[in-house]
Amino acid sequence: MTKILTLPDEAATRALAASVGAQLQAGDLVYLSGELGAGKTTFAQELARALGIKEDVTSPTFTLILEYESGRLPLLHCDAYRLEDLGSGELADAGFFDFLERRDAVRLLEWPEMVANFLTAPNWKIEILFDGEARRASVWKSD
Amino acid sequence: MLILGIETSCDETSVALLEHRGGNALEVRANLIASQIEAHQLFGGVVPEIASRKHLEAVNPLLRLVKEQTDLSDWRELDLIGVTSGPGLSGALLVGVAAAKALSLATRVPLRGVNHIKGHICSTFLERPDLPLPMLCLVVSGGHSDLVLVRDFHTFERLGRTRDDAVGEGFDKVARSLGLPLPGGPNLERAAATVQKTGLRFTPSNMEPSFDFSFSGLKTAATQAFKKGQGSPQEVAYAFQTSALTQLARQTKRAIEQFQPRTLGLCGGVAANGALRAKMAEAAGDLEFVVPTPILCTDNAAMIGAAAFFEARDHEFPSFSIDDLGFEARSVWPIDAASQPVP
Repeated sequence: MTKILTLPDEAATRALAASVGAQLQAGDLVYLSGELGAGKTTFAQELARALGIKEDVTSPTFTLILEYESGRLPLLHCDAYRLEDLGSGELADAGFFDFLERRDAVRLLEWPEMVANFLTAPNWKIEILFDGEARRASVWKSD
Repeated sequence: MLILGIETSCDETSVALLEHRGGNALEVRANLIASQIEAHQLFGGVVPEIASRKHLEAVNPLLRLVKEQTDLSDWRELDLIGVTSGPGLSGALLVGVAAAKALSLATRVPLRGVNHIKGHICSTFLERPDLPLPMLCLVVSGGHSDLVLVRDFHTFERLGRTRDDAVGEGFDKVARSLGLPLPGGPNLERAAATVQKTGLRFTPSNMEPSFDFSFSGLKTAATQAFKKGQGSPQEVAYAFQTSALTQLARQTKRAIEQFQPRTLGLCGGVAANGALRAKMAEAAGDLEFVVPTPILCTDNAAMIGAAAFFEARDHEFPSFSIDDLGFEARSVWPIDAASQPVP
């Protein structure tokens, strides 16, 4: 089921993230797409807060995967931005498959398109679209 | 006394040899970084692809080159080995840590795993061994934006850090969305330097009363402004850089006023940015201002050897013990958790 929502401001992005965060279950894999500047960081921070995570959620671009344990479920936050064009050996070295196998946690994956060939089916697909004027979100949830 | 340093925390593989002859001064006998060496010299012509594979293939040839260049006849002449054990990419860190453990075990030279941010801070000591302490140090790179109060060689207090993106990451990502070629950061600075004045302005994030930073909102604002056609890539680069540097300088000045350090240090890869250096020199005012030479600002092993040396010197210089090889790579390791005041 796909829903398209308009996001007139940052508060709307946060409200969407809070709503998704409240519905997440252990093992959920969430794809989060959107161009640079679309608001993915804001979305990830609010989603973490909805899970009860107390730490600051910082960008995982550098370390690839960050784990947070202070919420009602563990959150693994992975950013595939730097994983473009890597083969399966390098992705394994980077810990990417360990990330995919962590069924005890909520797995939030930014830039899934960079690792499209290696992915398993998600439970949620969130895409934030920004055309220079308005933001919209496409939200897909598996049945 | 001879110290070997090994660094593989992110994209760079580096091996260095330092010599200590007294005081705080360390002579850098060699400091080789794989990306700066001709590929054929390192790999005999074959350039490996990416990430940890690259470290794996580069680390042994680099060790051999350092040995040759410094006329070291036997690894047993070393007195200490230091390796970056975090923070960084876990797969990348593991390569350096495994190489260092193997060398230590084979030669019985003591080994210390050191913090990468501490290494960056120690690059200022390599540059100026007797700089006046305490020092306020801004560590800025693709992965880090930390404002650290350095009370002595071992006592670090992280006053501020980024709440979202590191500043270098912001430079790289904005450069990409502006269509600038790699490497993003230096090309963004170059584009910005062509602009004298623009009406485009991004208000710097205000994180007061904390000393933290935030660059994600600025990245969004810059990317959107470009998409909306509010400025040329050069103008957006200029406005982005101005806002980012203003935020860094403002927080640094507030910390100087509150903590009254004697030195201001600037290190990490983004310290190569000339506009940032100028801004921080101005923020330093009458304080000593130290920016290491470019090779010591980028990820390099000399700074890691230096950090290992100061730790070992001031905490009862270790003899080899197999128990000391038990440490692991830590992808997350904040600098204040690496603070080890001298007992």
